[in-house]
Amino acid sequence: MQIHFTTKERNLIVTIEGEVDHHTSVEIREKVDREFQKRRARNIIFDFTNIQFMDSSGIGVLMGRYRNVMILGGDIALYGVGDQVDRVLSISGIYKIMKNYDSMDEAILNLA
Amino acid sequence: MRQNNVMELSFLSLSENQSFARATVAAFVSQLDPTLEELSDIKTAVSEAVTNSIIHGYENKKGIVKLICSYQDKDVEIKVKDEGLGIANIEEAREPLYTSKPELERSGMGFTVMESFMDSVEIESKVGEGTTILMRKKIKKQS
Repeated sequence: MQIHFTTKERNLIVTIEGEVDHHTSVEIREKVDREFQKRRARNIIFDFTNIQFMDSSGIGVLMGRYRNVMILGGDIALYGVGDQVDRVLSISGIYKIMKNYDSMDEAILNLA
Repeated sequence: MRQNNVMELSFLSLSENQSFARATVAAFVSQLDPTLEELSDIKTAVSEAVTNSIIHGYENKKGIVKLICSYQDKDVEIKVKDEGLGIANIEEAREPLYTSKPELERSGMGFTVMESFMDSVEIESKVGEGTTILMRKKIKKQS
């Protein structure tokens, strides 16, 4: 699993490559929280384009980040969600609180 | 043609083994020529069951997780077994969003995912003795 960060305005873009399970989610959580604080971001946008696998550990990560960001008046968006991840996310009902967009630009536009 | 096959895997309850376990089951089941969706459903369910054994069964202490996978014709059966703490209340554990470990940011969706992605999920557990999860899925015949 690899994770990269970029900032666009006050959006923290988190690009995750590889597999998200309980093992990798510990590292994802720590790194995202650290970068979110360090860069004084408002929103988090997750780029899921290169995720090959995710189990329910990923739902926990997203819900936890949502809580942190919400308190500070921010929001969360996703883009590039593939079929396998989409089936896991759909079951959880998480799309009620965060949407999946086709591209980063579309996500940024909708969070503004 | 009727085909039977079985494989068994024992590994230490380390979280880095989650990926190895689901990839091994996927490789084994691939012999049945499943669709990509069927294969990723099975991988996801195995990942959930193995995670349960590691973080709930053994609470991140060392133990052995046993994975037995078999198929008969197109009927796949997967058993994930631990000799850990066991589940006191199985009905509660099955409920969506229920987690005994909110501090780990677990979503409580593990059993819900297993039940959604497999045809059936049975849980056998005894406190102090361990838990066995038995999952079944029929691979559809491809035209």
